[in-house]
Order: sequence, then C-alpha cells, then structure tokens
Amino acid sequence: MKAFIQLWKARNTEFYRDRGSLSWAFVFPVLIIIGCAIAFSHEDETLFTIGFYPNAEHAENFSVLTAGYSKIINYDDLEKAKLRLRNHQLHAVIETATGTVWLNPTSTQSKLIRHLLEPQAEQLHLQELSGKAIRYVDWVIPGVLGMNIMFGSLFGVGYVMVRYRKNGVLKRLQATPISAYKFLSAQIASRLFVVLSTNSMIFIGSYFALDLMMLGNALSLLVVAAIGAMSMISIGLLIASRTDSEEFAGGILNAATWPMMFLSGIWFSLDDTPELMQALANLLPLTHLVAAARDIMINGASLVDEASHLLVLLAVTLISLSLAALSFRWHK
Amino acid sequence: MNILEVRELTKHYKQVHAVNGISFRVTAGICFGLLGPNGAGKTTTIEMIEGITRPTSGEILYKGDKPGSRFRQEAGIQFQETALMDYLTVQETLELFASFYEHTLPLPQLSKLCDIEPFLHQRSTHLSGGQRQRLLLALALINDPDILFLDEPTTGIDPQSRRRFWELIENIKQQGKTIILTTHYMDEAQRLCDELVIMDNGRIIDQGSPQALLAKHFHYIAVTLDKAAFTLPPEACQETVYINETSVTLHTQNVEKTIAFLIEQQIDLSSLKVSNPNLEDLFIKLTGHQLRQ
Repeated sequence: MKAFIQLWKARNTEFYRDRGSLSWAFVFPVLIIIGCAIAFSHEDETLFTIGFYPNAEHAENFSVLTAGYSKIINYDDLEKAKLRLRNHQLHAVIETATGTVWLNPTSTQSKLIRHLLEPQAEQLHLQELSGKAIRYVDWVIPGVLGMNIMFGSLFGVGYVMVRYRKNGVLKRLQATPISAYKFLSAQIASRLFVVLSTNSMIFIGSYFALDLMMLGNALSLLVVAAIGAMSMISIGLLIASRTDSEEFAGGILNAATWPMMFLSGIWFSLDDTPELMQALANLLPLTHLVAAARDIMINGASLVDEASHLLVLLAVTLISLSLAALSFRWHK
Repeated sequence: MNILEVRELTKHYKQVHAVNGISFRVTAGICFGLLGPNGAGKTTTIEMIEGITRPTSGEILYKGDKPGSRFRQEAGIQFQETALMDYLTVQETLELFASFYEHTLPLPQLSKLCDIEPFLHQRSTHLSGGQRQRLLLALALINDPDILFLDEPTTGIDPQSRRRFWELIENIKQQGKTIILTTHYMDEAQRLCDELVIMDNGRIIDQGSPQALLAKHFHYIAVTLDKAAFTLPPEACQETVYINETSVTLHTQNVEKTIAFLIEQQIDLSSLKVSNPNLEDLFIKLTGHQLRQ
C-alpha cells in the first residue's frame, strides 16, 4: 500500500509540476465552453424542428409543416421525441398514425405551429407538453467535459507510459520489487484523480458562471464521469502497453480520439444522423459517457436509467484492462 | 560462500549470439568485474542476472536459489542508462523508491554515504553527470542491498567525478557488500575488482584476480624509450624489442640489468618509462584487439 500511495503521489506531483499539461487541462475545455456560449447564444428563429413518430411518410395532413423551412427527424421511440419537445430541442412531435400533435406552450415556435395547424384542428389531437428550454451551452457542456475526460485519460496515460518506457523509467522500476499490477493500478488511480478533480472544478465553475442546467444528482454524474474515465484510461493503457515509439502511440491515440470527437454526439445530436453513423457512434465509449452525463444533467435521469450506457463503459474497461495487463511490457 | 552462480548462460537474438554459454561463481563480499569491449555481452549478462532480460538457456542461482522476490528485495541495481521521473526532486525520487522495499537505509545515512546532501531538493533532471551517477548509486543502495549491480557506472562522466565515484565504491566494499561491476575501463577494473572475467564476443576468455591474471600471462616489465633516443640495433639487446612509429619497448625480467646496459651503451634515458603490464595489455594479448573499440 505504501508503494501504491507513493506512486500515486509521484504521478500527481509530476502532473501538477508540468505546467503545460496542467494549464492545458483547464484552458482547453474552458475556451470551448466560452466559445459555445457565445457562438450559440442566438438560435435560428426561422426554423422548425419537428419529430415524427415513427416517420414522416404519411404526413400529408402536415404539409404546411414539412415545407423547406422545417427540419424533420424520425423517431422510433415516442417518449424520446416527447422529451426533446419538453427540452425545446423539438418544436412539435407528431404521431402520424393517430394524428396526434404534441406542442410545448412555452416555446415560441410551438405556438406558431399551433397557429399554422389551426385550420385542421378538428381532425387532429393537439396535446401540450411543457418544459424549460435548454440552451445549447447546457446541452454541449456534458459533451465538452466528456471530451476533456477522453483527452486527459487517453493521452495522459498513453503518452506518459510510452515516455517512461522509451527513456527507461519503466525498466528501472522493473528492477525493484514493485509488481506491474501495483504500478498500473497507481497510474490508473492517479489519472482518475487528476481527470475527475480538474473536470469537477470546470463543471462547478461553469455551473455558477453560466447558471448551468443540472436536474439530476451530482453524485450520479460523478459516478458516470468516473466510469467513463476508467474506460478511457484502460484504452490508453492498452494502446501504450507495448510500444516505446511516441510517434506510433500518438498516431493510434489520434486515431482513437478524433472519431470519438466527431461521432459521439458532443457537438450535435445524433437523432437525425443516418442509422449507420448511429451504429458506429454506439461502438464508441465517449458516446455512452456523454449520453449518460447529458441525461443526468438535462433530463434528471438516475444511474438506473443509464444502466445500459454504464454497462457498455464497464465492459470496455474490463476488456481493455485485461488486454493491457496481458500485453504489458516494462521495456522494449 | 558463493552469493551468485551462473551456469552455461546463453542469450541468442535473431541474428546475434550475445552471450554464449558462460559460467562463473561470485564469492560474497567481493567486487566482481565483467571486463570487455562494447558488444562483448557484459550488459546482456548482467541484465539476465537482474531478471530484466530472459536468458535463452542456462541457470542463475542467487544464494543457492533461483532469483525471486528475495533477490528483488536484496539486490541493488544501477543500469548503464536510465531516466527518472522528470518533475520529482532527488528527495522525492528517493522516497518513492524507498516505498518499494521492506528494509531501507535511513535517508540521512544514504545521503551522506553517496554524497547527495547538497542537491536533495533539486529536480533529478537538473543534475550534473557526476551528481546524477551518485543519485543512481543512492537508488541502488536504498534497500541496503546484499548484492549491488553496477553497469558501466562511470561511462561519460568527467575524471574527477569518476575518482570520487570510485572512492564511494571502495567505501561500499568496506561494508562487506558484494559488487558486480561491468566496465570497459581497465584502470577501473584494476582499482576496484577483486576478481574478474574478461569477455569478448559473448564468451569468457579468462577469469581470476587482476594480479593472478597478469602474473599468469606476463613475465616481464616494459622499459620504453623514445625511438629517436634508441640508437642501437635490436639484435644488440638480450631483451625482446618492440618498435613502433614513436617508441621502442624492451620486455625484461630484470629492470636494473637492462637500464645498466642502456647506460653502458650511452643511450639518452631522459624519455625512459618503466611499467608493469596492465589489463589492457592483457586484453590485447588475449584477443588481439584494443579494449575500447
């Protein structure tokens, strides 16, 4: 235990004293959050976003809404579409089979849609669902923090491990009684601590500075962040388990992070993306981390609600850690 | 008592036979040297003993058993090249390594022994070559080891730091610890080693104490003069005469008689040097090539 604590402390000290890494861990996400808060503070008021259940194929009655100025999204899950309406991410939800239209009376666009549908009101079932509007910054922050956790975990563990192997630090440690298991556990614990503490600080700062929406339990969010970070750290360890080439490791780490950055629903909702893209996104751990964190923050979901996402993240952790432990080498 | 025994140790890589079936025994409490040029197989041998490199075949016994957890606790290791954590101070690095062992030397005692007190609070990346070697030695001694492995410990450091390092090693020797030292400096081996093996191309070509090896292979003392001063024909001398571009060397068993002969022949003795053969001479004799290749 003494060795574990000293290794954990040593790695934390290294991170704290490496001012470049430390400041980047804070500056990068804060800059993105500020950028999003400014860039998306005014949404496009002329556009309707309408959710159809199950699809808009037999939507002749709604031709007034399906004209060029509307964005149409098909939903397999009616409840999911209704949730989007409550959050002002949709302006109407239409069940084509029954002719039911749900509108949000607190949304200006929904009110306009009600006005447009007024001539057909007798043939339709107009229903109301109200909820607070979600600003883009509320929606995007779980994604930005998830992305920061991804970069901090993958590069923080991967690069450091490869550097240690290349310059002989790992070889020197191999010559001591410390086991690979204990060494790797301390690295994981240290990176988990660093990633969670830096992102918690950014979250708390954003919460107060931007009056961030947080409907769920903060502890649940921390658990999701911890499990998500574990999955990323495990992938980082797997990538860095054998190689001593920083260039090679850098290439693999970039190949792992870039698809996640664009396909995991950080910047835009995956609801209206092609099925293939959604299927690909579901293979990426960041998708599950961001989806679970976002559900807790803006929909008030519990950990039980997010069980499927958490199971995927735990499975990724288990598989990656096992493979990393099996293939780990102290030196080249 | 043998603290270490190596039997028929071999390491073959795909295209290189780095070590070819070497065997030796090390008595507890001595400084045992592996002497040889770069590429002789010294580092591969020592790293196989340390458990860093897996042997192709052969057996290693530490205190009669295969090296295991006991060996890890009782061995101190200094590699030829190593790096330490970039952002930790010397003291933090020592505290980290101390946490790995069941038994450790108190930090003040270790600092004094290795002369690292003046820079305990500096980062390990900000040290001079000599200071760094002393820190690496302190890390190797942190568990108060029974056996200490030093792989080319003075390569790349200045002569003054080297001499200071030798004094530290002699100090450690006096404490009864066994030292396994690899070096390609014959003066280092001659000064520090009680016994040594001479290696070349992955094989041991001879072994014994430096004195015994020199006595076994050399029966002369070298008397050297500048070539310009030596005006005699070689056949005029009873000694074996070696002539190169700048000097003439006579191998004699009786120095007084040789010098008396040179005086009698009115040879200018102002450039005269008398020397015993050293390990480098021995190496050249045994292998036919220079030690520092």
